[in-house]
Amino acid sequence: MSSLLRGEEMCLAQLFLQSGSAYDCISELGELGLAEFRDLNPSVNTFQRKHVNEIKKCEEMERILGYLLREIKKADISLPERDVNPVAPLPKHIMAIMEQLQRLEVELGEVTRNKEKLQKNLLELIEYTHMLHVTRSFVQRTCEREPLQVQYEEFPFLEKDTVMDYNSMQRLGAKLGFISGLIQRVKIEAFERMLWRVCKGYTILSYSEVEEYLEDPETGEPTKRMVFLISYWGDQIGQKVKKICDCYHCHLYPYPTSNDERNDVVEGLKTRIQDLHTVLHRTEDYLRQVSIKASESVYTWVIQVKKIKAIYYILNLCSFDVTNKCLIAEVWCPVNDIPTLRRALEDGSRKSGATVPSFVNRIPTSDTPPTLFRTNKFTSGFQNIVDAYGVGTYREVNPAPFTIITFPFLFAVMFGDLGHGLIMALFAFWMVLYENNRKLKNTRNEIWNTFFEGRYIILMMGLFSIYTGLIYNDCFSKSLNIFGSGWSVKAMFTAEVWKPEDLTGNKFLTLDPNITGVFKGPYPLGIDPIWNLASNRLTFLNSYKMKMSVILGVIHMSFGVILSTYNHLHFRKKYNLYLVFLPELLFLLCLFGYLVFMIFYKWLVFSAKDSRNAPSILIHFINMFLMQGDTVSPLYPGQAGLQVFLVVIAVLSVPVLLLGKPIYLYWVHNGSHRLGMYRGYERVRRNSEEELYLMRAHDMEEGSSHSDLSTSTEHKKEEFDFADEFLHQAIHTIEYCLGCVSNTASYLRLWALSLAHAQLSEVLWAMVMRVGLRTDTRIGVLFLVPVFGLFAVLTVSILLIMESLSAFLHALRLHWVEFQNKFYGLPVSKDILC
Amino acid sequence: MVSHSLALPMICFTTLWGLVGVVAPFLVPKGPNRGVIVTSLILTAVCCYLFWLVAILAQANPLFGPQLKNETIWYLRYFWE
Repeated sequence: MSSLLRGEEMCLAQLFLQSGSAYDCISELGELGLAEFRDLNPSVNTFQRKHVNEIKKCEEMERILGYLLREIKKADISLPERDVNPVAPLPKHIMAIMEQLQRLEVELGEVTRNKEKLQKNLLELIEYTHMLHVTRSFVQRTCEREPLQVQYEEFPFLEKDTVMDYNSMQRLGAKLGFISGLIQRVKIEAFERMLWRVCKGYTILSYSEVEEYLEDPETGEPTKRMVFLISYWGDQIGQKVKKICDCYHCHLYPYPTSNDERNDVVEGLKTRIQDLHTVLHRTEDYLRQVSIKASESVYTWVIQVKKIKAIYYILNLCSFDVTNKCLIAEVWCPVNDIPTLRRALEDGSRKSGATVPSFVNRIPTSDTPPTLFRTNKFTSGFQNIVDAYGVGTYREVNPAPFTIITFPFLFAVMFGDLGHGLIMALFAFWMVLYENNRKLKNTRNEIWNTFFEGRYIILMMGLFSIYTGLIYNDCFSKSLNIFGSGWSVKAMFTAEVWKPEDLTGNKFLTLDPNITGVFKGPYPLGIDPIWNLASNRLTFLNSYKMKMSVILGVIHMSFGVILSTYNHLHFRKKYNLYLVFLPELLFLLCLFGYLVFMIFYKWLVFSAKDSRNAPSILIHFINMFLMQGDTVSPLYPGQAGLQVFLVVIAVLSVPVLLLGKPIYLYWVHNGSHRLGMYRGYERVRRNSEEELYLMRAHDMEEGSSHSDLSTSTEHKKEEFDFADEFLHQAIHTIEYCLGCVSNTASYLRLWALSLAHAQLSEVLWAMVMRVGLRTDTRIGVLFLVPVFGLFAVLTVSILLIMESLSAFLHALRLHWVEFQNKFYGLPVSKDILC
Repeated sequence: MVSHSLALPMICFTTLWGLVGVVAPFLVPKGPNRGVIVTSLILTAVCCYLFWLVAILAQANPLFGPQLKNETIWYLRYFWE
């Protein structure tokens, strides 16, 4: 337990490693994870260290592995789920792994490139086929439009059925040309307009849409395309048309001149497409095989490469000794683990077959060691949330073991619902039961990982919420009536205060506890269920919850102040106990402890009989500070005197807190010097008491000047320390005193959030579930199913997720700020050993 | 309705949380986690007992009663007694 309360005791050790077995020893140490290496070559540049080449090789391997992983994921191959943890391979195997990886990379790269080329080819051929198919229908179509051919007399080729007649064209001395291809559908109108403007009717454009979506060879996206056929005459026009086609990114294909030619081309294309399909298929299969083979060992390689890189990095931190035959390393490691360290070194030496063993020596040091906490799977979650604020200094008291209980408790005070707590606890319980399921452990989803890491925290939060929900008597905004309510309605009728006509006349009536028989005693477990039915429920609950928050807050903070005694005693600063801890505790308890006392006193002493003149605690508290004891009637005899006494103690403890420690430290540093001087004189002149007395008297007069001369430098140092110390203590005092007030008020968030939760829960019930339950027609039964679905979804999303995150955050803040600044030192960023 | 005393629940719950917080720590077996378990038991007992105590003391001497709707009063008169 001392390990979790304070942290492990750490020591600095020196390792002497034989050059031959250094790699294996570090590999063994790395597997254990117990040591933190110090950098013995801090002045050396990263690029000048000894093993920089090996690290470069490792990084190259990591790059290849990254590429392989991406390719495997693209091919949708599932990676094996085994829990692999291979040991780092020996240096001679590293080259073999490197070669394998490089070969795989080259192979995969080539095959992928081939596949892409083939695919592009295939798409082009498909486009060509479509184009031929569609233009055939152009030509056939145009030949049917006989009556309109009057305009196209210049191009008599349209009269014949499908054959382009060059002969008739040559009669005119013009050369008829055709350009055919495909263009994106969105561009066709602009294309047509451009053609018309540039070529002014010397071209004819026919186009038609391709029904299917064709894949673009360059981008691979499916697009809608139109097949077009431009017939033009004249070479110049032809050039212009070609330029325009380029501009609009058309895919041009050669246009067959005769029907037979067209048919031949179509046949040829068909066979080529089929061949390409087969080849592509084979290529994809081969690619898949290569990827599968790589995927089997890729995770092993990833871990191995990481370990190799880590080992070389650590080797870079070590330094050579004078004989250049063995490496020296300095590590921080726990004192209890030195034997384990020794054994690891022996194992490493044995594995590498070295004749001379490596050994470890503990060396004394005055540096502050890093902080280490040994945690198991249960406590690690709580330690993480404490460390998120700051890691404590070495051997300081650790708030984590207390946070295990107080954090879920404060969360539950703010969350307080039996039903919601039950759901949360069941969810966490399911996660805990299946915590060894690999699929749950190793997902890449960040949010799920966060929940999974905190499964024990969520379990504790859920269990405590069940308890506080029981006490608040709130289960999905309804109350449980286990023991029977302590309030009796009948007694109001039997006492003749209410008559039956009152019920019809008044909408609301209030029970009066003054009447006998109405209030029969407090409900034994929590809040009475009748309050759930009352319309002035919040008046009662607010008063109760506010007082509860203040009580819990003052007790939590006092606990924090008391914990600081651990630190004072451990670091042997006993004066802190009297000069810091005592004034702090007195200040807190005299003011806010007295407030808590007043709350309890009012609860116990004042009852319904005195409800007319029941005192307001707030007024009394304010009057205490203003020292006006006689404006309101006292709670108890002697109250005025006691309050004055408490205020005086609290006010006096402030200067003690402010000045006590600096003055004491100043006296310690200076006064001992004076004593030293006296002792020196005593040694020299032991002869005559009288002379000694005279000497001392002489010294007293000149004592100050003596100390000035001889200890001038140290005096300056004391001066400097005193100012620094005084400033530090002044800041601490102001922070503490103002903090007491503001932190006590800050604990009222316990009331605020539990009120918000209860109200949200009630609104959800009243607006959603009750609407469904109140439809009493036959349809209502069916209607209830979606209503309940909506209720469940809203409960989980708003109340369980949003509210619990909110309560989690506020409970965390209460711990980090209000609790921890009572005793936790300024967090220094020290490393934790992992 | 039902007459509740203050003494009986006080004795019951004090003994319950007293068992959890004072007696159970001695029954925890020795092991590396003994300290954490003992701390947790004591803190749980203190927190839960305090919470219950505040709830029952706040209701022991009520200064005012619940204000109910007339339908609720009618229902309670006939069904809760």
